[in-house]
Amino acid sequence: MIAMRGVNKWFGQMRVLADINLTVAEGEKLVICGPSGSGKSTLIRCINQLEHHQMGDIVVNGVKVDAELKTLDLVRREIGMVFQSFNLYPHMTVLQNLMLAQIWVQGRKRRDAEKVARHYLDRVHIPEQADKFPAQLSGGQQQRVAIARALCTKPKILLFDEPTSALDPEMIKEVLDVMTELATEGMTMICVTHEMGFARNVANRVIFMDAGRIVEQGSPAEFFSNPQSDRAKLFLSQVRLN
Amino acid sequence: MAIDPTAFLPPPVVSAGPWAWMRRNLFTDWRQTALTLIVLYAVIRGVPPLLGWLFVDATWQGTRDDCVANGGACWAFVSARWGQFIYGFYPVEERWRVNVTFAVLAVSVVPLVLPMVRGKAWIIGFLLTLYPVLAFCLLYGGVLGLPVVETARWGGFMLTLVVAITGIVGSLPIGILLALGRRSDMPAIRTFCTLFIELFRAVPLITVLFMASVMLPLFLPSGFSLDKLLRALIGVAVFNGALMAEVVRGGLQAIPKGQYEAATAAGMGYWRMMGFVILPQALRLVIPGLVNTWVAIIKDTTLVLIIGLFDLLGIVQAGIADANWLSASVTKTGYVFAAMGFWILCFSLSRYSMYLERRLGLGASR
Ligand SMILES: Nc1ncnc2c1ncn2[C@@H]1O[C@H](COP(=O)(O)OP(=O)(O)O)[C@@H](O)[C@H]1O
Ligand SMILES: [Mg+2]
Repeated sequence: MIAMRGVNKWFGQMRVLADINLTVAEGEKLVICGPSGSGKSTLIRCINQLEHHQMGDIVVNGVKVDAELKTLDLVRREIGMVFQSFNLYPHMTVLQNLMLAQIWVQGRKRRDAEKVARHYLDRVHIPEQADKFPAQLSGGQQQRVAIARALCTKPKILLFDEPTSALDPEMIKEVLDVMTELATEGMTMICVTHEMGFARNVANRVIFMDAGRIVEQGSPAEFFSNPQSDRAKLFLSQVRLN
Repeated sequence: MAIDPTAFLPPPVVSAGPWAWMRRNLFTDWRQTALTLIVLYAVIRGVPPLLGWLFVDATWQGTRDDCVANGGACWAFVSARWGQFIYGFYPVEERWRVNVTFAVLAVSVVPLVLPMVRGKAWIIGFLLTLYPVLAFCLLYGGVLGLPVVETARWGGFMLTLVVAITGIVGSLPIGILLALGRRSDMPAIRTFCTLFIELFRAVPLITVLFMASVMLPLFLPSGFSLDKLLRALIGVAVFNGALMAEVVRGGLQAIPKGQYEAATAAGMGYWRMMGFVILPQALRLVIPGLVNTWVAIIKDTTLVLIIGLFDLLGIVQAGIADANWLSASVTKTGYVFAAMGFWILCFSLSRYSMYLERRLGLGASR
């Protein structure tokens, strides 16, 4: 589904991604963790080219990704993204948020788009909030709207960049529950998250990054019980303490 | 959890009645009291003479001599010149065309102001596409058997409206495009837009109008001439577009990066992202700045006088200078009348903007 080969990326002089090799199979659930600034966000943002890499190949669903408008369009149609800060459109109602890309990117009819939008609002358990504005919802509800919005364009892959980091503790669970439901339905998911419980229960594989490199990867069982590198051991001990 | 019933009680009333109100608001302490007395004195000294001038001593019908004798405002002058003040030198028998043009405008704008009307997008679409064509055909003529009325004969309040509305409607898209261009990734576009904005921002509108009326024809191929009014309209729109661009840019800068990323990740291209996600938010943020520029446009319409077009102020001034009316009373009345015309325009625009801000702000600010 996704194949990254020798991907490198620099911000100015700083090498943020170094020789990333990673393949993700269809239906796989990947959790990426690692200390802040290790390049996790940059890695997943290269997949849908919110950031452009400078060396190496990224192939998504058979399409080699580059900065050409046509491939960008192809690739972004297959990928949905959920952000740490939700990034809902504040001037639109929840329903309009969910319908916008359907109508203007996918060319769906308004009536069909609304049907799809209401379907996914049901799926994230907030059908009654359709006509509210984002600012009228709680953080957890907003993030679930954001997940529904990403689902509305029927992507094959979902990227999550720390979806629960901006949430109050009591709202984290409602978002993780929705993500877990999605995972059981076979969606291909790549999640940057520090929710180790989620990683343990849902992930097929955990990737540990440090300083722009993939330092370690393995099944959650292996990674949590028996981390190989010192850096991962230190990281895990710090995460557990929190 | 039980709800505390006192949570719904109104705040306690301290004391009621006009005396208590005055004690609280006008005579709180000695400074308040002093201010209140000063204002009161100014009102007593200022308002009765003003009312006397405007109404009591005013002359409603008659000639200059009546006005001079009465000493008050000379409304007789305004009513004698009413047609010219409104229509300029537009032929009397064709004035209905002006009326129809602005009546259509008024009838289309009213539903925009009413919250319950649906389909506002269609009305705006009509106003931005068909209406200008219709207005041009009606006002200028030359089609449908309507005799041509040269723009040199347009004037008065009607000309003020034409210049102001074209300026307001024309400057916004120009401003948006320039603002987007100034933030573009493409160096050529960015440089061009920056230079353009800075050039027009750094010169007075008078200069632009002079250039448009005197210099522009020199650059046009011979035999090709642009109407003087049209040149002025383009000048006003472009000049204010450059001012508008900076207002819009301020709004664009306030939009968080996440909004761009969400739209991009959803597969929207540049124009869709701007049109549906970024600009609606940015413009909403800068409504006060936009209206500021629009009010300035209305007031700047008076500058077309210097290229020989007679707007409301220009035609009033011309009327004042008429030998049959020349007098201090007529002069004062003329300027007061012109001021009222502009004040009504600008004030209604600013009220409308406050209303817009309240309505559009609903989603974002709660
Ligand atoms: N737009 C940017 N410009 C310059 N440096 C950046 C930019 N975005 C991220 N970085 C830097 O790249 C490194 C990796 O960032 P990021 O991928 O966000 O890390 P993580 O998500 O793991 O915390 C950090 O050192 C960060 O400061
Ligand atoms: Mg990050």
